[in-house]
Amino acid sequence: MNKVDKELLTQITNLHEVPQGIYNIRKNGESIGRHSDSEVEIISKTDKSGIDITVQANVKNRSIHIPVIVTMGGFNDLVYNDFYIGENAEIIIVAGCGIHNTSNNPSSHNGIHTFHLGKGSKVKYIEKHLGIGKQETGKILNPITKIYMDETSEFEMETFQLGGVTYSNRVTTARLKAKAKLNITEKILTTENQTAITRFTANLIGANSSINIISRSVAKNQSKQKFLSNIIGKNECFGHVECDGILLDNATIESTPKILAKDVNARLVHEAAIGKIAGDQILKLKTLGLTNEEAEELIIRGYLK
Amino acid sequence: MLELKNINYSVFEEGKEKQILKDVNLKIEDKKITVITGQNGSGKSTLIKLIMGLELATSGKIIYNGQDITKLDTAYRANNGFTLAFQQPVKFKGLTVKDLLDTASRKESNVPNACEYLSMVGLCARDYLNRPLDDTLSGGELKRIELAIALAKGGDVFLFDEPEAGIDLWSFDALINIFKKLKGKTVIIVSHQQKILDISDNILILSPSRPLEYGPKQKLLNRIKKYENCGRLNGGKNE
Repeated sequence: MNKVDKELLTQITNLHEVPQGIYNIRKNGESIGRHSDSEVEIISKTDKSGIDITVQANVKNRSIHIPVIVTMGGFNDLVYNDFYIGENAEIIIVAGCGIHNTSNNPSSHNGIHTFHLGKGSKVKYIEKHLGIGKQETGKILNPITKIYMDETSEFEMETFQLGGVTYSNRVTTARLKAKAKLNITEKILTTENQTAITRFTANLIGANSSINIISRSVAKNQSKQKFLSNIIGKNECFGHVECDGILLDNATIESTPKILAKDVNARLVHEAAIGKIAGDQILKLKTLGLTNEEAEELIIRGYLK
Repeated sequence: MLELKNINYSVFEEGKEKQILKDVNLKIEDKKITVITGQNGSGKSTLIKLIMGLELATSGKIIYNGQDITKLDTAYRANNGFTLAFQQPVKFKGLTVKDLLDTASRKESNVPNACEYLSMVGLCARDYLNRPLDDTLSGGELKRIELAIALAKGGDVFLFDEPEAGIDLWSFDALINIFKKLKGKTVIIVSHQQKILDISDNILILSPSRPLEYGPKQKLLNRIKKYENCGRLNGGKNE
């Protein structure tokens, strides 16, 4: 890996070197490093680009790093990664994609991740997206995440778009069986003329299944963001969606949180609030000696932390 | 020395000018505790905001140590010795107690140094340092943290707007001790509480219908007794 590769890797995974343990690093459509073992196995797909990751039942305290880096201009990457998590396994998965594009031709990464969670399994999934290089050249990310959750499984997803991504269309779907629990936290920053679209659809089909989605976004300059969520409760279940957006300059944020209850015992809640930074927050920080700009920066940094 | 010269402050309500403060002339004694008290709408919180620069006077001058600060920015005043604890603490989504303490003190907070300020308001740094300043904290906790942030910032002129609001009686003595520990600083407190009036050096009585009265505690406490039936203990619109 060269200096740029390492920088991207550090930003999306917080790793400074090749990780210990289980990993697969993908660069410009090719796997450039991999390690797996009998508990957590990574096998290349034979019919299309991508990998199958199988975690054996009852495996605990393991982590998997599967970062993707794209450093070629005009490169369009498409990958299918399928995760099979055995019953009662507990695992942390760190994914994400960094695009470095200094050319005049747009680059894109389309990562399609499908998770099959066995009964009682627990997954923490962290995904970071970042674009660097020539500001106006396209750095496009279209992650698709499909989550199939068996009974009593738990999935915690943290997704971050850290900046520099010119266009993203993030689609997440989930299907929850009885007592399955899904928590999603999304944080997105857009600037300049960037566009970020997020779509969540979750079907709560099992009794006592639950979902909690928290989306926090900051849109600056002329950027545009769109948030759509659709929670469908088909049993006794609980769903909560909270979408908060901070707007600056001439940016726009559109939020459409939809909830659909098909069972009398479904409890579904949505909250959405979009607006500029509260004036009293700026004033408080000014009384601590910060300028308007410093106060704004601190508020946004905390909000997206 | 903090001096207010011919301060007037008006707002427009429903198309009509409403005067909140009229011809305020005042020299606030240095390094003493001054408690501002007065009935509803007498302009107590407004006076604090004018001193901190959160509102600008319609006319008049504010002089601090010989410098005209009337039109100077809040941040400038904050960086030159003025510290304010808000009546209603501000909530932040995402920012923690540590973030605000770091900002206030201009240094990295950790459990031992944050303990210095948080223990003064009856909170344990280990439990509170990483708590977000949002609805997960009660009104009383937010108020105590607001006071701790002011202490962490430090300064020469401390402004407290109704510091007792939301503080339970159990914590009241601790609150009084905070003011006692600020001995040697200029402390200006908006309050109606007898216990706070009792520890003051000077009292300022504001009234919408009478000229202000400012002087030593004992003299002014006698005046307050005279006005007691006129609603001194009633607060303003935010109280």
